[in-house]
Amino acid sequence: MTDIDRETGTDTVRFLTADGELAPTGSAEEYTPYLDRLSEADLARFYRHMVVVRRFDQEGTNLQRQGQMALWVPSHGQEAAQVGSAFAAKPQDHIFPSYREHAVGHVRGIDMLSIVELLRGNTHGGWDPTDPTNGNFHGYCLVIGSHSLHATGYAMGMQRDGVVGTGDAEVDAAVLCYFGDGATSQGDVSEAFVFSSSSQTPNVFFLQNNQWAISVPVRVQSRTPLYLRSRGFGIPSVQIDGNDVLASFAVTAKHLDDARAGRGPQFIEALTYRIGAHTSSDDPTKYRDEAEYEYWVSRDPIVRFEKYLRSLGQSDAFFAEVRTEAEDFAADIRHRTLTLTPPPMSTMFDHVYSEPHPVMAEQKLWLERYEASFEEGQA
Amino acid sequence: MSTIDTTASGTTRPAARVEELPMARALNAGLRQALADDPKVLLMGEDIATLGGVFRITEGLHAEFGDRVIDTPLAESGIIGTAIGLALRGYRPVCEIQFDGFIYPGFDQITSQLAKLTNRGQGAFSMPVVIRVPYGGHIGAVEHHQESPEAYFAHTPGLRVVSPSTPNDAYWMIQEAIASNDPVMFFEPKSRYWPKGPVDFAGTAAPLHASRVVRTGTDVTLLAHGAMVSVLMQAAEIAQDEGVSAEVIDLRSLSPVDYGPILDSVAKTGRLVVAQEASGFASVGSEIAATVAERAYYSLQAPVLRVSGFDTPFPPAKLETLFLPDADRVMEAIDRAMAY
Repeated sequence: MTDIDRETGTDTVRFLTADGELAPTGSAEEYTPYLDRLSEADLARFYRHMVVVRRFDQEGTNLQRQGQMALWVPSHGQEAAQVGSAFAAKPQDHIFPSYREHAVGHVRGIDMLSIVELLRGNTHGGWDPTDPTNGNFHGYCLVIGSHSLHATGYAMGMQRDGVVGTGDAEVDAAVLCYFGDGATSQGDVSEAFVFSSSSQTPNVFFLQNNQWAISVPVRVQSRTPLYLRSRGFGIPSVQIDGNDVLASFAVTAKHLDDARAGRGPQFIEALTYRIGAHTSSDDPTKYRDEAEYEYWVSRDPIVRFEKYLRSLGQSDAFFAEVRTEAEDFAADIRHRTLTLTPPPMSTMFDHVYSEPHPVMAEQKLWLERYEASFEEGQA
Repeated sequence: MSTIDTTASGTTRPAARVEELPMARALNAGLRQALADDPKVLLMGEDIATLGGVFRITEGLHAEFGDRVIDTPLAESGIIGTAIGLALRGYRPVCEIQFDGFIYPGFDQITSQLAKLTNRGQGAFSMPVVIRVPYGGHIGAVEHHQESPEAYFAHTPGLRVVSPSTPNDAYWMIQEAIASNDPVMFFEPKSRYWPKGPVDFAGTAAPLHASRVVRTGTDVTLLAHGAMVSVLMQAAEIAQDEGVSAEVIDLRSLSPVDYGPILDSVAKTGRLVVAQEASGFASVGSEIAATVAERAYYSLQAPVLRVSGFDTPFPPAKLETLFLPDADRVMEAIDRAMAY
């Protein structure tokens, strides 16, 4: 019996079996109407995003191994959890990711090269969350769980701005916040539950339980299934098969609707698996069982969804086209990564403060003159 | 006796240009003005709404401004973390930390998030969050209620750190801190909450980060912030009686430090004594002493001397007068400086 079997109860929401067969669990029934929102084109988009981001993730790993980045954070295996939930968000919703949500960022429209720039050491941020073309996708946050409070405060602001529970589908908004199983042990996540429950904020907390917090299995974080965690805070919760993109979409869509309507915070635990390492600095063979890995590979979210699409009659040509698109995408990322130049020295000083600061001005000038002194010496 | 006239329209106007007020009421008036001036300003903290805060700094503001004055759950990281989210949404939160020693559960949110987010975002957004911290000793309280943790925050790039010593500065500086687009740590000397001083409601705010000469002298410069400024004024009186002319500078801003008036003063006196309630090791006073030694080397006639709390935990209240520098301890340093 694997951890996942212990974790998965009869309440787990799943539409697609690991073999790609549409066989909704009993608990999936209430979410079935949300699948009606999906067109064939939407399903194709789901697949396209999952495949492209997996290829992007592979390219990121390659580039790191080739010395182009200090670090890579793989998302391999978690594509369904991310793509399904991201597609459930509306344009006016805001997303607070952890740091592995590459597929969510792709759905929301960020330039994926900005993830490379972050992990290459060109920047601590990468994309501008205030730029409307970035889909309200906020910055990655590396201190585990700390952003859950930012997401909660942001949702408190939405309440004050009157964009919750108006009944106007174009206006009502929510905040979708991602974190992992390790984060659930952080005090900030519990405090986010406390504050969001207290203020009944429009938050959907989306936990990707990928079974491992670096080398520590989820059973060390919690003796009970994690989806039960929020209930003591008065936050309704549901557990889903996170490798089923349809479950991820439908369940997130429902709970975002609830949050936007003013029914308070919601909690979703998506059971998934980190197929790759925690980061490129990690070696999962030191702590993970091969059989467990194989078990999860057999539940691959993309393979599963491809089987389903084929059962609906999707053509070989479509799958070939998506593979080509993914290759082109990776080639473009590679090309642009190799042309990146180091950030200008001034970026170290220019935005430490929003307003003029004498120490920043003084130290920036000092460094410029110091660096220039070497150039003069060579002349 | 009411010191503020609340008009029927709900807006507030000072009853007179200059009033004698304790710092606690001056802060209250400053917060009221900030709330009235900008609908995006929010106050949040433990017990600050109905109760008005354990020091009553926010008394009456919940009644006047409703849900813009928020009683939060009891969790400092949660207070600061949600304030960050509100700031990202365009609000200007002013957080109250109930006591100095309770700030540490919020330390990560302050130092790793609030202080760094603008830099992380390369200026795409700012973090106009004020964190009010009643700090320091002299109140005979239990553990964690009398500390001076300023140095942790002055050491952190991205934060601004200020501390008023008078009711007038408190009134103006809190408004300037709230108007700043950067995060400001606002250390309120709680032992100075209740002594009265003039507040000029029609006056002009001095720049938030300016240090200020508050007593002129020629023989030695004394420097401190917050509650310690009044100790320096006592010491300067004693020194006067002993024939030593002391100049006193109110630091006001701990980060950035306004060195201009300090260096001008040291150029004149040749001696500097820095006083603080905080433990001396790796403190703001140590930083200033090092900088003045670097920049005023040829002016100095004596080493820069520090008068600090001891490098112990803040002691039980029955020992606090031994821990906290008083005028006699400052005099001891003045005598040493004059002996060179």
